[in-house]
Amino acid sequence: MATQKTLAATGNVLVAEAMRQCAPDVMAAYPITPQTTIVEEFAKFVAQGRVHTEYVTVESEHSAMSACVGASAAGARVMTATSSQGLALMWEELHIASGMRLPIVMANANRALSAPINIHCDHSDVMGARDTGWIILFAETAQEAYDNTIMSVRIAEHPDVLLPVMTTLDGFITTHSIDRAQVMDDETVAAFVGDYHPDLALLDDTKPPVSHGNFAGLGGPYFEFKKAQRNAIDRSAAVIKSVGEEWSAICERPFGVIEGWGMEDAELAIVAIGSTAGNARHVARELRAQGVRVGVLKVRVFRPFPFAEIADALGGCKAVAVLDRSESFGAEGGPLFLEVRSALYDRAERPAIVDYIYGLGGADVKLELMRRVFSDLSDIADGAEVPGRLVYLGAR
Amino acid sequence: MASIKELSRREDKLAGGHRLCAGCGASIAVRQVLLGAGDDYQIVAGCATGCLEVSTTIYPYSSWKVPFIHNAFENSAATISGVEAAFKGLKAAGKIPGDKKMKFVAFGGDGGTYDIGLQSLSGAMERGHDMVYVCYDNGAYMNTGIQRSSATPKGAWATTAEVGKAQQGKTQKRKDLTSIIAAHNIPYVAQGSISEWKDLAAKAEKAFAVDGPAFLNVFAPCPRGWRIPYNQSVSIASLAVKTGYWPLFEVVDGEWAMTTKRVTRENRLPIEDFLKPQGRFKHLFRPGNEALLVEIQADVDRNLDYVMKRAGL
Ligand SMILES: Cc1ncc(C[n+]2csc(CCOP(=O)(O)OP(=O)(O)O)c2C)c(N)n1
Ligand code: SF4
Ligand SMILES: [Mg+2]
Repeated sequence: MATQKTLAATGNVLVAEAMRQCAPDVMAAYPITPQTTIVEEFAKFVAQGRVHTEYVTVESEHSAMSACVGASAAGARVMTATSSQGLALMWEELHIASGMRLPIVMANANRALSAPINIHCDHSDVMGARDTGWIILFAETAQEAYDNTIMSVRIAEHPDVLLPVMTTLDGFITTHSIDRAQVMDDETVAAFVGDYHPDLALLDDTKPPVSHGNFAGLGGPYFEFKKAQRNAIDRSAAVIKSVGEEWSAICERPFGVIEGWGMEDAELAIVAIGSTAGNARHVARELRAQGVRVGVLKVRVFRPFPFAEIADALGGCKAVAVLDRSESFGAEGGPLFLEVRSALYDRAERPAIVDYIYGLGGADVKLELMRRVFSDLSDIADGAEVPGRLVYLGAR
Repeated sequence: MASIKELSRREDKLAGGHRLCAGCGASIAVRQVLLGAGDDYQIVAGCATGCLEVSTTIYPYSSWKVPFIHNAFENSAATISGVEAAFKGLKAAGKIPGDKKMKFVAFGGDGGTYDIGLQSLSGAMERGHDMVYVCYDNGAYMNTGIQRSSATPKGAWATTAEVGKAQQGKTQKRKDLTSIIAAHNIPYVAQGSISEWKDLAAKAEKAFAVDGPAFLNVFAPCPRGWRIPYNQSVSIASLAVKTGYWPLFEVVDGEWAMTTKRVTRENRLPIEDFLKPQGRFKHLFRPGNEALLVEIQADVDRNLDYVMKRAGL
């Protein structure tokens, strides 16, 4: 019988709790604000003997992911966590982890990238990793960070997928704020994630020895390996959905790849990822009470990007604002905008669409800003000019 | 210590047919080390990007008869530390029997060890993983076309330490990596050479027998990069030992000892004997470079004094 208890805890504590319940064989991690309390929390579990995990206190994030690659290829269930500069330092290894098809699960505390140095929330770090072949999930709340972590294990290790999963939560806003969340009992989580039975593990001596990470140049099959990787991440879309439904049936919380509020008849919509979806929804409720047909579309899964779902959800809108908490300097807009606009390209009816870059380096996401966005959208729907292709929302 | 007869009966763990150049010191180093390791434990090997890795793992083939992993250039040590951690974690999970014995070995070239992989190696040694790290030192980045590394000897030509009017090859001295690793106070550290198979196999046996981290730095000539005939790798390695350029020693639990035919300040051959047969040093013998040769000899002697002193001689 699944039993849940209600806790008041930070996002990081809940991620660490989810990791403990998923019982990784190896955790290799390096501290960085605002991820640190995840690895500290996990270190307590190790000291208390509450996990069987071999905890490798590496000397850098590059080595963290390198050790994760080794451990995962060896046949272990492997987890880690990082943020910002740490994720950037791992970049080379992120491609290797996905290219070697290793189901590593990593939490990322979303944080700005230097320079100038800044420890607060934005999505520059994750978005810098968006083409590394990882499945990428965004949590809005601490609860979702907990649930996403548990589901990540199932998604990553699914035989149709075998790809690493990055499960992200917003630095400080979600990692450090105490929130109310429901935590499942250990047995139910253990049964849900199951055991990991890798094929071709280095430590499996029941089969002939295998070589991992071979050279595939000189007219070798590099291109075909990449095609297989593309097919795998495409297949993961169905797995993410079915794992979400399965977990939802147990914990009674919904896990769509996108999550709409008021989208059934919305004329004006904000598309957001992470914690900001909550701010947008708060203002949307106010406006709905005044009779304005507004909606909010939250994107929970960024890779693989849910193109069809997003196009369906936005198809009926008159004006859409995409909120990007990271830059793609020199591009037409932020990373989310580029994807959303591309998703709408094939539709005969396309809403007007504007990109707002907001909250970089933890700049406050005040409700007034959300009100301003909806007000802009309303003007646009009434025929006003789209205010340039990209607006720096709230920058002084 | 296994006799040559016993060694010859052991199965080679690196199969022939790989694409390393004829006479390459790297494969000799791997075979001697893995033969010396013996058959008492199953071995899992890793290797950094470099000549050894790209030439032995061309998909869909592999020369490795043991489970093998290549990850990247700078992280052979971190990768194998992850494999070793998995072994412990899976034992704790009850998925691998508690009494099972396995050993983990990471290979890397001098570039992947002295330079870009130094942090990863230092971290793995400090953490105390039960692993052996083997550097095959050919004194340059051979895979990318003979660029200098911090293991390249002073005065050697390399494609990023050219010879011309303004410069006579590499201007800096090489780094003493073996001492640096010895300073990690790990149970076993040694320097060996492919020319002294018996010494190297014995050192490998000791390194693998250690419970914890061990490090071997193996002198492994590269005929292509050193501009020597392919059938001279072993004799050049032997001259490196006899001239005292590459002292053979081991550090067991902090105790230094020189091994095999002990080369001392008294019986060492002049460094010219090592330098002269190699094309990468030929400019040193042109008029005007006499002082440089004297300097190189002085550096070799100083290092030999240092090792002898540490060994209590
Ligand atoms: C991060 C990174 N930088 C550079 C390279 C290019 N690279 C590949 S192998 C190599 C040199 C290898 O030298 P060494 O470790 O001495 O091995 P050798 O080829 O001499 O056997 C270099 C520079 C790389 N693969 N990765
Ligand atoms: S270039 Fe040198 S190190 Fe590389 S395979 Fe040839 S001989 Fe060996
Ligand atoms: Mg080299």
